[in-house]
Amino acid sequence: MITLTVNGERVSRHVDPRRHLIDFLRLDLGLTGSHAGCEHGVCGACTVRVDGEIVRGCLVLAASLDGAEVTTIEGLSDSGEVADLQANFVARNAAQCGFCTPGMIMTAADILAHQKDATRAEIREHLAGNYCRCTGYQAIVDAVEATLEARR
Amino acid sequence: MNQITPASIGLSREDLPNSYIGRSVPRPNAPKLVQGRATYTDDVVLPRMLHTAFLRSPCAHARIGAIETAAAMAVPGVVRVFTGADIAKVCDPWVATLDHLKGMKSAPQYPLPLHRATWQGEPIVAVLAETRAAAEDGVAALAVTFEPLPAQTDMESALAPGAVVIHPELGDNLVFTRTAETGDVAAAFAAAHKVVEARFVTGRHTGVTLEPRSIIADYNRADGTLTVHHSTQAPHMMQGVFAKQLRMAEGDVRVICKDVGGSFGIKVHVYPDEVAVAAMARIMGRPVKFIADRFEAFASDIHARDHRIHGRLAVDAEGRVLAFDVDDLTGIGPYSVYPRTSAIEGNQVVNLCGGPYDFRNYRCTTTVVLQNKAPTCQYRAVGHPIATAVTEGLMDLAAEALGMDPIEIRRRNLIRDDAYPYTSPAGMRFEGLSHHASLDKLLQMVPVARIRADQAEARSRGVYRGLGIAAFIELTNPSPFMYGIGGARISAQDGCTVRMDPDGSIVASSGVTEQGQGTEAILAQIVAHGVGVAVERVKIITGDTQTTPYGGGTWACRGAGIGGEAALQSAIALKQQLLDVAGAMLQAAPDSLDIVLGRIVDKAGGAERMTLHELGRIVYFRGDTLPRELQRELVQTRHFITKEYPFAFTNGIQASWVEVDPATGMVKLLEHWCVEDCGRIVNPMLVDEQVRGGIVQGIGGALYEHCIYDAQGNLLTTTLADYLVPMSAEMPEMHVGHVETPTRESLLGAKGAGEAGTAGAPGAIMNAINDALRPLGARVHEQPFTPERILRALGTIA
Ligand code: FES
Ligand code: FES
Repeated sequence: MITLTVNGERVSRHVDPRRHLIDFLRLDLGLTGSHAGCEHGVCGACTVRVDGEIVRGCLVLAASLDGAEVTTIEGLSDSGEVADLQANFVARNAAQCGFCTPGMIMTAADILAHQKDATRAEIREHLAGNYCRCTGYQAIVDAVEATLEARR
Repeated sequence: MNQITPASIGLSREDLPNSYIGRSVPRPNAPKLVQGRATYTDDVVLPRMLHTAFLRSPCAHARIGAIETAAAMAVPGVVRVFTGADIAKVCDPWVATLDHLKGMKSAPQYPLPLHRATWQGEPIVAVLAETRAAAEDGVAALAVTFEPLPAQTDMESALAPGAVVIHPELGDNLVFTRTAETGDVAAAFAAAHKVVEARFVTGRHTGVTLEPRSIIADYNRADGTLTVHHSTQAPHMMQGVFAKQLRMAEGDVRVICKDVGGSFGIKVHVYPDEVAVAAMARIMGRPVKFIADRFEAFASDIHARDHRIHGRLAVDAEGRVLAFDVDDLTGIGPYSVYPRTSAIEGNQVVNLCGGPYDFRNYRCTTTVVLQNKAPTCQYRAVGHPIATAVTEGLMDLAAEALGMDPIEIRRRNLIRDDAYPYTSPAGMRFEGLSHHASLDKLLQMVPVARIRADQAEARSRGVYRGLGIAAFIELTNPSPFMYGIGGARISAQDGCTVRMDPDGSIVASSGVTEQGQGTEAILAQIVAHGVGVAVERVKIITGDTQTTPYGGGTWACRGAGIGGEAALQSAIALKQQLLDVAGAMLQAAPDSLDIVLGRIVDKAGGAERMTLHELGRIVYFRGDTLPRELQRELVQTRHFITKEYPFAFTNGIQASWVEVDPATGMVKLLEHWCVEDCGRIVNPMLVDEQVRGGIVQGIGGALYEHCIYDAQGNLLTTTLADYLVPMSAEMPEMHVGHVETPTRESLLGAKGAGEAGTAGAPGAIMNAINDALRPLGARVHEQPFTPERILRALGTIA
């Protein structure tokens, strides 16, 4: 049995030792905003925040998260923390099919929090662990850059 | 009614308050994507749902021996195991050929094969369980004997004596061959001032949609219906496929497709594991879900572009093209893929080589052969990147042989902008293209003089940079000439129903589909424009065979051109209907009224007469106050199909600026430009992002992506760590420009835009790399242009 905080709410569940975080969120909690794209740690579609740091949900075992604080795209959206970033994603068409987008937003939120002076090249570097097949990345970089500039 | 023309309905006019054509309106369905509130197939959970996992062939070619299931059945949670024979009881095999591809042949394919596995990754046995994890445990507990057979993996030897004939009943491994020949090719080459030639290879690669293939099939015994939630581009086509293979009435099958996480042609084909899922649901009478994992995606999604091409080009002393002579060979795996077939890609190479240029003598052959690798089929820009790389690679070789500037040789040969209608030597009919205007536009965007100066200066420092150009044509808006005449139930027409509800809001349902391109956004813009309401008042329904008019879905860049035109015509018809009703209410001639932003106004003067909200209230709740005979159905449907031209061709030109490191063989993309002409642009921002995304997919094939098999047919690239895809850090900034030549086949005038980027990027990059390598005496024509291949071309490694 693990007890943890997910998007500000306390949850307790029995989990299989092999259950990874992304399946825990999607299957056990119904938080389907986070996606599984590869389940081997490369694509970044499963990116969520654990105790303030972004992690790949497919590489973390749920059983290891007793007492942890987890934030997913649902919680991040509800909090309004990145409403400006999300608005820029929409305005700039930085999401096409949208499957990568929750993971991109989580990673971009990390740039907003920790790298306020990031250049375009640094934004590209920071996003380099998130695969997007649709956009070619430029619109995503534009959206993050516009948000950083507006916040300065 | 007055004649409706593009001008009369204000297309492209930004001054009308409710003119949405040509405006970069944000997509109404984007907010749910950025907040994680979309619904992809894997997000759907149904009562009593089972999960399936497949045992896949570990061998490229093997006889399937004993299948021991007892241990699998003993795994907790496992419900049932299905073999090929079990599935075949309720499901018929298919053969993927098209009648108009003369002489084409392929073998019957079952959802799960009965006796032989023919590629590594082919689904062989299915395990149904309460969870995906239990199903995978069940697969691990299966004991299946595979007796390996010799594999035919090499396409060059597929037709040679001694080749392994993959389907003995076919006699050989030849699926299809076609030669197009016009003019006197031999004489043109004999008379040429210069002849250049090269051997090109395009690497087998695949779509890598981030959302893998996903399906839930649910057979309801109570009413005899099959409902399929499917990540697909073509719901109506799949409805027909499931019905036919499962021996059901088409009307008893419903395909629902909510959000789709990327498609690019990957999700428009019939996959044996997905049909097996439908068959298992039919047998079990309950929902069955299958979500491919990444390994399964690499091993069983269609691959594409596995071609070897010998190309020759003859030019005269002025650099004018005299003849192209091209020989294409492609290996397509063990089966042609249903129902589009795997011969189309090679056929497109024959249709498209030399496409941008004005010349007389042409010969091109494609030979399509079987092999024991994953099946290939249509993937974004089908055949275009191959034909463009061959054509443009040869043009650069000719320019070099002549000592001519690559821009100049193109200017001398591109089809003149006033030459249309024009029929190409390959027999393609062009209604109107803009090669010269596009080249001019490109040269306004690309600072060629500065780049050439920078290149010379860099070379003096031992830094090698290159500029490459590639012109291209693109086939969009296909008519029944693409598939329908070949006997495939693939609809080239599409429909749209537009209605007004009592509060004045508009709902449009369309047969085209959304996988991220922005289909729903442009349909909303078009309908808002056509009816005369604010775009926020329009809701779009797509992706449900039971609630949308029959249509082909979204592929071959038909969403805007075909689906958009159906939407425009139905919206205009609804507007007329609304004006007739308003005229009766207001005692005014319908002709004297207009609808602007949801209000009925006097056409002259623009004074408001009533709101659509009020009109809706009266029609739906106080119909008693209207004249008895007044037609008041506030709903209209129109379907559209192109009639004059088999395809609406578009054109464009790309430029790539790269740096090659001769020490490491690494290519750095510095900048990229694309000018394209997709006719009328409904939403410039969405078009630009389609182009950028397409360019990056082209970059992937040119530099990184490769499904690598060993000689035994083992796939070596089955994770995202082995199969490289473009990531943000390596991608260049891309500049997109437009020329607009609307098609006159429709009021809207839109052609397709989704494949232009992918069509031209590999050719432009190849030419840029070779421009960089020229002082070093090296050249590459084999994609992907990996560091290893570049170092080999430089002679650094053997
Ligand atoms: S699903 Fe976790 S990185 Fe791809
Ligand atoms: S928007 Fe489709 S994968 Fe990024």
